[in-house]
This record gives sequence, C-alpha cells and structure tokens, in this order.
Amino acid sequence: MNHWSSKGEDPVAFDHDCREGICGACSMYINGHPHGPDKAVTTCQLHMRKFKDGETIVIEPWRARPFPVLKDLIVDRTAFDKIIQAGGYISVNTGGIPDANAIPVPKVNADLSMDAAACIGCGACVAACKNASAMLFVSAKVSQFALLPQGRAEAAERVQAMVAEMDKQGFGNCTNTGACEAECPKEISISNIARMNREFLSARVCAPKIKEQTGGGI
Amino acid sequence: MAEINSKIPKGPLPQKWTEYKAHTNLVNPANKRRIEIIVVGTGLAGASAAASLAELGFKVKNYCYQDSPRRAHSIAAQGGINAAKNYQNDGDSVYRLFYDTIKGGDYRAREANVHRLAEVSNSIIDQCVAQGVPFAREYGGLLDNRSFGGAQVSRTFYARGQTGQQLLLGAYSALSRQVKKGNVELFARHEMLDVVLVEGRARGIIVRNLITGAIERHAAHAVVLATGGYGNVFFLSTNAMGSNATAIWKAHKRGAFFGNPCFTQIHPTCIPVHGDFQSKLTLMSESLRNDGRIWVPKKKEDAEKIRHGKLLPTQIAEEDRDYYLERRYPAFGNLVPRDVASRAAKERCDAGFGVGETGLAVYLDFSDSINRLGKGVIESRYGNLFQMYEKIVDENPYKTPMMIYPAVHYTMGGLWVDYELMTTVPGLFAIGEANFSDHGANRLGASALMQGLADGYFVLPYTIQNYLSDQIRVPKFSPDLPEFVQTEKEATDRLNRLMNVKGSKTVDHFHKRLGLIMWDNVGMGRNEAGLKKAIVEIAKLREEFWKDVKIPGTNNEINPELEKAGRVADFLELGELMARDALNRNESCGGHFREEYQTPEGEALRNDEEFKYAAAWEYTGENSEPKLNREALEYEFVEVKQRNYK
Repeated sequence: MNHWSSKGEDPVAFDHDCREGICGACSMYINGHPHGPDKAVTTCQLHMRKFKDGETIVIEPWRARPFPVLKDLIVDRTAFDKIIQAGGYISVNTGGIPDANAIPVPKVNADLSMDAAACIGCGACVAACKNASAMLFVSAKVSQFALLPQGRAEAAERVQAMVAEMDKQGFGNCTNTGACEAECPKEISISNIARMNREFLSARVCAPKIKEQTGGGI
Repeated sequence: MAEINSKIPKGPLPQKWTEYKAHTNLVNPANKRRIEIIVVGTGLAGASAAASLAELGFKVKNYCYQDSPRRAHSIAAQGGINAAKNYQNDGDSVYRLFYDTIKGGDYRAREANVHRLAEVSNSIIDQCVAQGVPFAREYGGLLDNRSFGGAQVSRTFYARGQTGQQLLLGAYSALSRQVKKGNVELFARHEMLDVVLVEGRARGIIVRNLITGAIERHAAHAVVLATGGYGNVFFLSTNAMGSNATAIWKAHKRGAFFGNPCFTQIHPTCIPVHGDFQSKLTLMSESLRNDGRIWVPKKKEDAEKIRHGKLLPTQIAEEDRDYYLERRYPAFGNLVPRDVASRAAKERCDAGFGVGETGLAVYLDFSDSINRLGKGVIESRYGNLFQMYEKIVDENPYKTPMMIYPAVHYTMGGLWVDYELMTTVPGLFAIGEANFSDHGANRLGASALMQGLADGYFVLPYTIQNYLSDQIRVPKFSPDLPEFVQTEKEATDRLNRLMNVKGSKTVDHFHKRLGLIMWDNVGMGRNEAGLKKAIVEIAKLREEFWKDVKIPGTNNEINPELEKAGRVADFLELGELMARDALNRNESCGGHFREEYQTPEGEALRNDEEFKYAAAWEYTGENSEPKLNREALEYEFVEVKQRNYK
C-alpha cells in the first residue's frame, strides 16, 4: 500500500483496525477463502509465510447482497448491526441490578455461552456461505443469551425478532453445508445453529407470538 | 479565560459521592426529551454513556470512525476488570481498591475521583452480568477472579483473554437496544474534526462522513468526548491503527486544558518489535504474569549466544537464570505494577542481558506452572493468548518461553476534567481514556475497563445533569449558526491544505519518524537534553510534513490516506506538548521516568514539594508556547509515601 501511495497512486482501500484479530474489521476473500487459507485467523493475523515465494494471491471483498461494496475491498456490514438492534440484547437499564453472584450459572453453560460470544461479527460466515446466510452470526448471539439464566426471560421474543430481521436484511437460508464453521476465524460451532433452530421452534410452538409491532423493541 | 476548579465535594472521602448525588441538580423526564447530547466514540465509555443517557430519556447522537460501534478499540482489552467485591474473602474492600489505585498511580491522581471509581466498581460487575456478559465462573456457578499487578488480592473479573470484547459487546447491546427504540441516532464511519463553541459553550461538532467525504455540522446541548487515548503518537503501540487524538486535540485548541500529557503507560508484556515494516505492536495480557515467570540469563555470554541462535532458552540451567523481578521485588514478584516491570526489563536489556535477535526482549516462562498445574489448566486460562503469540512469532509458548518487551499501551494523560468530568470548556465532557482523571502517573492492570464503564454507566449520567439542569430553556440548536459555518470552513480549509501539499513522502513516513523521536526521547527513559532535542525535532518534522506530504485520491470519497494525514498532523502537535510536559516535570513518578531523578536502586524518585500537582496545559495559539496551570493535589485521606513493592 505504501508502495502505491509513494508513487502517488490511489492505494486499494480495505477495512482493518486492531490488527489483533478481535475487532472484526478485516473482510477479505483471499485465494478463495474468507480471511485466507490459514485456520482460525483473521486477515490481519495471516502472515506472508503462509504463501509460497512468487505466488499470485487473489484478493476479493466479501460477496453477499446484504453487504454492498463501498469501495475496493470495503463492504457495508450495517445489516449485522440491524440484526443486533432487533433483539441482540437483554433488556436491562443501567442501575438497580441485583448482586452479580445472586444467580449461580453452571460453569458448563457459562463456558458454552462464552464460546458463542467470541464471535467478532466480521461476516466471514456470510461470505463463505453459498446462500449468504447469516445463521452462524445470529445463532451465536441467540445462544450466548439462551444459555444464561439472565437471557431466558425474553429468549422466545429475541430469537423471533432476530430471525425476522435477518430475513428482512436479505440473508439467505441455511442448508447445513458447514462452510461457515469451517471458515470462522473464531471457530464458532455450527451447533449454535441447531440451538437457535430449537429456540425458534419452541418459541413458535410454545410461547405467545411476538406482538404485532414494527418499532419499540421486543 | 477558563480556570482550574476541580469542584471536589466537601466532606469525608467515603461520603463525597453519596452527598454529591443527593444534592446535584437533575433534569425532569419531560425536559430530558428535549435535550440532545452528542457522544463521540463507541468504546466502553462512549457506548455505556450513550446507552445510559438514552435510557434516562435524553436524545443522543453517537459517532464512531469504525464501520460499526462494536469495533471500538476497547474490544482488544484482554485481561480483566477490577472490582472491590471481595468474593474471594481475601481482604479486599472499596478502601483497598482506592488505596491500591492511588498508590499505583504514584500519588498523582485526585483522591475524590479515585474513591468514587472504587465505590462504583461493584455495580459495574452487577450490570455486566445482567447484560449477559459470560464472565469466567467456578464449578459452583459463582464468579471467578484472578490477580493483576499492583494488588495483593484477587479482584479481577475476566472472560477468558477477551474481557474487553465481552464488556464492549455488553455496552454495544445496550446501545443497540436504544437505537432500536429511537433514542440514539448512530453515525458510524463518521470522524469528528472539530468542536463548535457558541458563546463559550460546546454546542456541536463538525464531522467528516468517511464514505462520501462530506463535511457535516451536528448540534446538541452538550458534547461528550469518549475518543480514547493517544498512544499512536509513538507510531508503534498496542493501539488500533485508527486510534487517534484528533477529537481531544481539537477540543484542546478550542480551550479545553490538557492534563498531564506526558503520562504514558509502557506495558511490559508485548511481543517485541521485529522489523522496519511493522505497523503496530501486540499486547500479551498482564494476566500472564499470574502464572508466567520473567527472566533473562544471568551470564552475559549466555545472552549473547541466545541472540546469535547458538543456545536455546530451554538449555539454560535454573541457576543461570535471573528472575529479576522476583529478586528485586520479593513481596510482589512478577506482579509489580506495569511501570516498574517495564523499567526493570529495559534495565536488564540495556545492561546487555536481553534476548531475541535484537537483544530487546526478556523471557516470560510458563514451564513451572505447566509442571505444577498441567498444560490443560494453562490452556483454559490463556489459550487464546498462547494461540495469538504462536500466530505472530511462529513459536510454541507451551514448549519455549515467550519473548516480551515493553511497548506503548495507554495514556493516563488526556483532557483535564473536574469532578463532574467536564473540561474547562462548559458543556464539553471527556470520559474514559480521553480524560486524565483517575490513574495518576501509572494505571494498574484491569483498571481501564473499570474506569471507562464507571464514567459511562454510573458517573456521567449524574454529573451531566447538573450542567444540563439550567439548559432546559435553551431551544434546540441550529447547525446553521455562524459559529457552525465558520468552524466547518476551518475544517474544510485544513483538509484542502493537506490535499494541496502534493509533496513526495507518504503519511506513514512522517508518522514513523515522529514515533522514533518520541520513543527515543519521550519514552521509557527521559532526560532534559533528550526532551529539548525532541521539541526542536518535532517542530522541524511538522514543518516538513506540511511541505512534503503526499496524499493520493481526493477528499470526496473513501480516502484512508487523507484520514491518516489529518490524525498525524495532530500527533505532530500533541507530541511536542508531551515533550514539554515531561521537560517541565523535574521528577520521576509512575510511568514518567526522568533519568536525572532516581533513587540509588534505580527506582522513580518523586518530588512532592514541587510537583504534587496535575499539569493542565492551556493552548495559547499556533506560534506561542502553551501555558501551564497547576491543580494542586491534596491528600487528606492517604499518607503520601515512596512506593514500595519490595
């Protein structure tokens, strides 16, 4: 990039920030893989030692309709923010909260919740999927809360609201190819998708339907 | 002109915050709906403040330069967050957390602020658990703790090595909920270029839309800056590539005093520099010092052989290793505060005992802990950190010790704020790392997350109301006022000036040179001659930058080089102020180490007679020297002592 700008040419624009694999800004398809050929890394953690000398490297932006290209390798991932805004939270205000140890959480659940919460929201799962499905991303957030007692109170509403928003944003459906899990830089498990499907089904069958509303949260 | 009034409430220390809350002015719910607040930044401080203010009923506009609020650099914090819960029954209390923080900051922080921080620390943990932050837990289902530097209790809550990520996602989820409710309007990919003052009060900001390049005016009743620290002045730091000082620097030039600019934290455990093309450094969490032991070879010849690849660290016998922190500081050992650990590493490397190709590295060794606890336990505690190390260095830290060296990490300095977190510009607030308030001359590990969230969730939502309570009759501001038009014009002119230099060298070229000047002269060891040299060299470099910088592209599109250029132009001014502050402070304290002022054992030597104050620098114009204002620090409740970790 410096080479280009020192020659006065416009360098190729790409998103990047923390350079530690945690902010989720990088978004590049490298030699046919989101974040390149190495396992469990983001683009910023991929080293040139993973390539052969003189090798031609093909770089593309994420390609999915809900992620329009803004310039060169930069895409717009606002659709992910919209899904979180639809219900990716526990509805508590600041203050007036009982003691943190008031409700014990089984360690195994806390650990599984953390596994899901490790998602960095980069969108590699969508880019890897032939259907441009966002199921891995959405299910990771649904699972994080579904596994904790604090998240159970509005679990049924949450999963329905997030899935509805996911569809609205134009993401495709899951056909269980497993590409998302294979390419996820944080190795988020596809079992989260199974958990989300179960949550969704039980919400539809057992819980009262989400109120007819467009604004006002869940 | 503005004056220094810290507005510390009267009364005994433990009652100050309670009393303040009981008597402060509030804004009633009907009026809150009519008041707009701008919050710049979406990290721990910004997102928590924006969400909490919106929950109260204010109309909030929230800005970030990243593509999503979830990417603010708080996300990269690894180790944990402190709180005085005393869940471990090991003797912790609000007072002890307060005391450790004051002492860790080498008696250069305000007592009342630090005590308030310790008081609200427990509520932060409650809040985060309720939001669904998956903290580490014991088998009984209760929360787990670990130890951090500068404390003899285990008070640090953590979510693997990704605590910052989890806390930020918690704040981001609270923020997202308010966006959905229509109480927060979000402006991602917008960078603040200046603050707008109307009749002396902060009433809005000028931002650049980073997608279209359009310059926009945004108005509000008050402006909150939560834009983080300025470690990137050094070019190489653990900050994100985009972390910058532009918002606080522009606020400074509009009248906000800058507090203790020279107080920089050099973090002891980072992956060492390995080449000229490196663009940033990576932190290895301080939590690793719980189970890792730091050492260098005892014999210089061994160190030399290691540097030349003729000897491996695992081949050095136990008796030939110098565990220098355990040797020098038996009481705290490997868990001394960051400034002490960093200087000790520099001392050993300068003396010729450093390892790695450059000789600028020490070992962080887990073999004892792996033998004692098993690889599985170490993996569960630090797995992601070990993985990150292996990815970068291509060595397996389970088998060979990690190599680490200090790197710029955090800035304790920032905009000077009073007890209410307001700067010297009425209506302009600064929270989180962007202000100077709570960490004195050195921040303890796991306290940045605590401060960011304390400011955003539990302090600002009260204190900002005291300011806004007499603003309820002020109607909504129009961004078409002449002050907005004028400030916008100045921002546009500056961008055009940058684009029109059309010089021959890249922005990074200048940034790297600035970084070298800063690291060599305003880094871990500072002295009078070096600081004077730095002031001259930075001024020269700044002149060269404005004559010879080359920025490709145009200013009405996505142009990362132009974004960088604006930030570096500000670093080139701020760097000089940092050097001036360091030159003025003729003492060593915390992370500020003046080589002329040290004890015979090489520890920092404070001068409380002359320097027991916070420096609040006032901008006086482009070609005139900044003016120093002093806020005297009174210690009524702790005895000011020489720090001792032996």
